[in-house]
Amino acid sequence: MSQNDKDIFARREFLKGSAAIAGATAVGTLLPSAMAMAQQGKLKVGLMLPYTGTFAQLGVAITNGFKLAVDERGGKLAGREIEFITVDDESNPAKAPENVNKLVQRDKVDVVIGTVHSGVVMGMAKVLKESGTLWINPNGGAGAMTGALCAPNFFRTSFSNWQTTHALGKVLKAKGHKTAVFITWKYAAGEEMMEGFKEGFEKEGGKLVKELYTPFPQVEFQALLTEIASIKPDAVVAFFAGGGAAKFLKDYQAAGLKGKIPLYGSGFLTDGVLEAVGDAAEGVETTLHYADGLDTKKDKAFRLAYAKTFKLQPDVYAVQGYDAGQLLAAGLEAVKGNVADKAGVIKGMEAAKIDSPRGVWTLSKAHNPVQDMYLRKVVGKENKTQGVAWKALADPARGCKA
Amino acid sequence: MDLAFVLIQLLNGLQYGLLLFLVSSGLTLVFGIMGIINLAHGSFYMVGAYLAWSLASMTGNLATAILLAIPLTVVLGMGLERLLFRHLYSRDHLYQVLLTYGLILVFEELRSLIWGDDVHGVAVPALLNASIPLTENLSYPVYRLAISGVCLLLALALYFLIQKTRLGMMIRAGASNRDMVQSLGIDIKLIYTLVFALGVALAAFAGMINAPLSSVTPNMGSHVLIICFVVVVIGGIGSVKGAMAASLMIGLAETFGQVLVPEVAGMIVYVLMAIVLVWRPEGLFGRK
Repeated sequence: MSQNDKDIFARREFLKGSAAIAGATAVGTLLPSAMAMAQQGKLKVGLMLPYTGTFAQLGVAITNGFKLAVDERGGKLAGREIEFITVDDESNPAKAPENVNKLVQRDKVDVVIGTVHSGVVMGMAKVLKESGTLWINPNGGAGAMTGALCAPNFFRTSFSNWQTTHALGKVLKAKGHKTAVFITWKYAAGEEMMEGFKEGFEKEGGKLVKELYTPFPQVEFQALLTEIASIKPDAVVAFFAGGGAAKFLKDYQAAGLKGKIPLYGSGFLTDGVLEAVGDAAEGVETTLHYADGLDTKKDKAFRLAYAKTFKLQPDVYAVQGYDAGQLLAAGLEAVKGNVADKAGVIKGMEAAKIDSPRGVWTLSKAHNPVQDMYLRKVVGKENKTQGVAWKALADPARGCKA
Repeated sequence: MDLAFVLIQLLNGLQYGLLLFLVSSGLTLVFGIMGIINLAHGSFYMVGAYLAWSLASMTGNLATAILLAIPLTVVLGMGLERLLFRHLYSRDHLYQVLLTYGLILVFEELRSLIWGDDVHGVAVPALLNASIPLTENLSYPVYRLAISGVCLLLALALYFLIQKTRLGMMIRAGASNRDMVQSLGIDIKLIYTLVFALGVALAAFAGMINAPLSSVTPNMGSHVLIICFVVVVIGGIGSVKGAMAASLMIGLAETFGQVLVPEVAGMIVYVLMAIVLVWRPEGLFGRK
């Protein structure tokens, strides 16, 4: 540490000290009422989600979904009012421990909800495993969270990466495809989805002839598309998301491969990009735990309520946020709102049957949804359901010893 | 992989290389010749793409959109130079890094306010919306070839401007000794404003004509920024020729790297850069 750093450090310590003194005086006079409030006080829910950057919209959809679940219960969960504390995680894994510590240490939240980016999820896992704070993850599909790192206080209401592609093996087999190529970004989520597909496809006697990777988040696919054309597999399975997915779909069509080698994918390939790609995605089939045109009472009611409240159409992320609210409600109802009984809350959540817009699901031992995976087909601007590809698919939760 | 596919991959590599040159040409000018470390280069690229998208959806024609958007980006470049960059030429590079990093944040936020956070697509112009069949199941989009042509023209024009014209001579002279050029009665301030505006317009133009290929997305600028710096550093600071050579090298290395050694494809560009810098620290065509 240089002299200069030391000065700054000393100054910071000094400021902290004076703040503490000022704080102590304030607390002295306010303490009795503060104590009284804590007993019947509000339940503190920490929302750690991306509100800026590439995933900003996903963070908003999840927040909206969660709030809708609370609103439907009269603005309370198990009779307790909710105080939301939000932290923008910026989808930045490097800041994850610091951000989650803010919620846990500074704000002393009762439960943490977050987040979208798998890398940030991994950063949160370390801190939350130690603190033991209740944690509901409404998106990030990193396998380890409900695998090797699983813990009693970890819950997920979305999917594991493995789940989103595993059912495709069956689908391809049913269509008579014997060989396939998997193409994705070279990073954890892409590799986990590749594994999920490979396992499912090989169990059905199919052969994954080649795994093609491009560095994340690069979007120059021409070399790999040429490679696909030279391999001539029966089918191509892809995972990309957002702008990368849009570009891949367009490039696949422009290279003349569309219509010659059928394209399949994890549902994220065609979610949220259909406006951008024109007819390039038409007919592409994917698997995911949510789809358009499910036509159930619950889904219709949810879509209507969401559109009315937020003037937006809901998507799979909104559903996952909504279910995070539902799951927390189930846990709290089991202990009549007494969140201090953490074991009771956990038991309540474990036993919950969540009536989700996606269909009813329960939790696996590792606290990941056991859920139906839909086969969807792009028709116009919708991911239309083609029925259930795999009933009640559970993540294998490898390495989970809890 | 048989010979036909090797040739197609070669074409892919060259085509990608030319695209890289297009995207990094603005940076070559601003960083290479004016000596400004412009981290906001990617933001200008993004602004171009979003302008192309919004104007193309208004006018229904990408070519019209580009013609309308270019003057806007030139004005943007001149404004930024007058208001901000002008005050930093004599300062340390760190100030430029701070300013241009700040600009990235400002542009991202403005983009979010004006255009939202959605992914958008721009249609390939009808005239160029065709494919040339290469093998039984693979064809090559004409638009990609057209872009390659534009890149080549642009490279020639830039080379001519900087090496062969009087203005280019003044620019080069200004790059080596600003004060001397000024004392010879040349309005170096005006020249710098023009060069900076040209750099911004080039970055934005790259975003515009690349929009139908790459889609228009938030943060698209940050994805191209790093590779642009790699191009300029490998090529040698201040050399258009070097930037072209570096772009083609990277294009070929990435293309064949992905196919032949997929496990390390993400590193290849940086390994290449390290090798070049060990061998020639000033870059391929840089001056010592």
